Amino acid sequence: MSLQFNNEQMTELKRLVSRYPEGKQKSALLPVLHLAQDSFGGWLPTEAMDYVAGLLSIEPIEVYEVATFYSMYNLKPVGKFVFEVCQTGPCMISGSDNIIAYIQKQLGIQPGETTKDGVFTLKLVECLGACGYAPMMQVGKVYREHLTKEKVDAIIAEYRMQVIAQN
Amino acid sequence: MGVKLLLEKANVPGIRSYDVYRREGGYTTAEKALKEMSIEAIVEEVKKSGLRGRGGAGFPAGMKWSFIAKPEGLPRHLVCNADESEPGTFKDRYLMEFLPHLLIEGLLISSFALGSNDTYIYIRGEYAWVATILEEAIAEATKNGFLGKNILGTGFDCRIHVHRGAGAYICGEETALIESLEGKRGNPRIKPPFPAIQGVWMRPTVVNNVETLAAIVPIIKMGGEEYAKIGVGRSTGTKLISACGNINKPGVYEIDMTISVEDFIYSDEYCGGIANGKKLKACIPGGSSVPILPANLLLKTAKGETRYMNYESLSDGGFATGSMMGSGGFIVLDEDQCIVKNTLTLARFYRHESCGQCSPCREGTGWMEKIIQKIELGKGEISDIDLLWDIQRKIEGNTICPLGDAAAWPVAAAIRHFRDEFEWHITNRELSQTSNFGLQHYADPIHVPA
Repeated sequence: MSLQFNNEQMTELKRLVSRYPEGKQKSALLPVLHLAQDSFGGWLPTEAMDYVAGLLSIEPIEVYEVATFYSMYNLKPVGKFVFEVCQTGPCMISGSDNIIAYIQKQLGIQPGETTKDGVFTLKLVECLGACGYAPMMQVGKVYREHLTKEKVDAIIAEYRMQVIAQN
Repeated sequence: MGVKLLLEKANVPGIRSYDVYRREGGYTTAEKALKEMSIEAIVEEVKKSGLRGRGGAGFPAGMKWSFIAKPEGLPRHLVCNADESEPGTFKDRYLMEFLPHLLIEGLLISSFALGSNDTYIYIRGEYAWVATILEEAIAEATKNGFLGKNILGTGFDCRIHVHRGAGAYICGEETALIESLEGKRGNPRIKPPFPAIQGVWMRPTVVNNVETLAAIVPIIKMGGEEYAKIGVGRSTGTKLISACGNINKPGVYEIDMTISVEDFIYSDEYCGGIANGKKLKACIPGGSSVPILPANLLLKTAKGETRYMNYESLSDGGFATGSMMGSGGFIVLDEDQCIVKNTLTLARFYRHESCGQCSPCREGTGWMEKIIQKIELGKGEISDIDLLWDIQRKIEGNTICPLGDAAAWPVAAAIRHFRDEFEWHITNRELSQTSNFGLQHYADPIHVPA
């Protein structure tokens, strides 16, 4: 089987499981799914969920029902950078509609789609707790706040540079 | 300047680190509590303080603590609710990001009082970098003997674990949070049994909000009675307000609950007035689920009295003419905002976040979103307004957890106070697609920009 944690990831797994009482290792499921998603290309194929089930000694269905419930788990492949733009009330009244339309135009994709080069995915999400710094989006583990068209351009350029630098 | 108990040191450079926090007097309150006070005395101070849960419900924290069952041989747990997800609310993030050790000190004192040797911080998954800040702070506190085994030689052991959620508003509800902490879907449990009797892993559990637990530090430091002197009536102490929307200075403010809503919005110390010289139209004063109020009912109550930023005054008039303090998420809407559109985003939010367990909420939130969307797109009928009213009424009170109520209230309040704007959308199908209903009679009658 191709999907497997490396030694470092296994150490992290053990650390996560050790937080919960003996026999309650299922409690580590959410953090372990984060670890799996981060380790296996940003999404959770069935193979990854089955692997996690085995590691935690629980049934695969217990993993599927959790992975499908929480919005942060991607069940389909995503681009290298996922723009998760908030569209809830406070962001909307602060102009998120314009930002979303601008990102769509600049990337040439609709919400839910990934650019052909596999670099960017656009997702519309609900409140991320940054209402005072709206409009905003989450990209990976960071928040990009006070978005303007200029800032969106700069962010896209920044990530494109990262991709070029890595290739 | 109002009294600052939580954010007093927020601007001290480096306060995020243990060394600076300690140098500024941090952890001396924990030393006092663990070394000089009995468990009963700590709980008593919290009761005397009148501290009410800062997550939204406003339940007295001391009373919640006193409910915890203490059966022999069964571990108890304190769980910190850091699943801040109510639209308009970002105060806990601020506390954790800038003052992580204040929260940890509060957690240590509270864990000691409740007998929790393993305490969990359930933080929303999106706050990934905040989780890292907390983990670093926990490591520092452990290294310096304030967490771990035999803390300060008292024989008390305490570990704090950070548990990241994965994107689900419902997990802010305490029994859904517990389910999620057990590695399951966030479906709220039927109560009773209450978490204080059977919580996480069927063990006695207390779930408190981040701000509530941070407030334990000033309460123990100054004494419950002194704390209760701040504020007014049953709104004791200070409250963090996260202000956002169309104001000049969005951000997190600590208030002592004696300030008027008018001062909060217009004074330079707080929101600094409406942005871009616009007029105030409406406000959702306590997070997206509390009733929206038009400007005239926001600044003054229906009786014409000044409205204040506290639990009692914000709810003055009940839902007919008042609102709620809620989580302190203060959302301000200016004259350019469309109430139908705003209500649509909130209806969509609650449809997205319904866990699906109870049919009134699962089905009703979807119906409300569809009907409001229809109206927003200029395809509504006048009868849709009454239909919406009917649906929200049938959701409210008919679900296991308060998410149903939280979804119903914003729709009900929008219709209650802005029915003519909904009607205008329906009778002006084409015009409503290109222009805005505007202020009409909703403008703040006091502050009229030139």
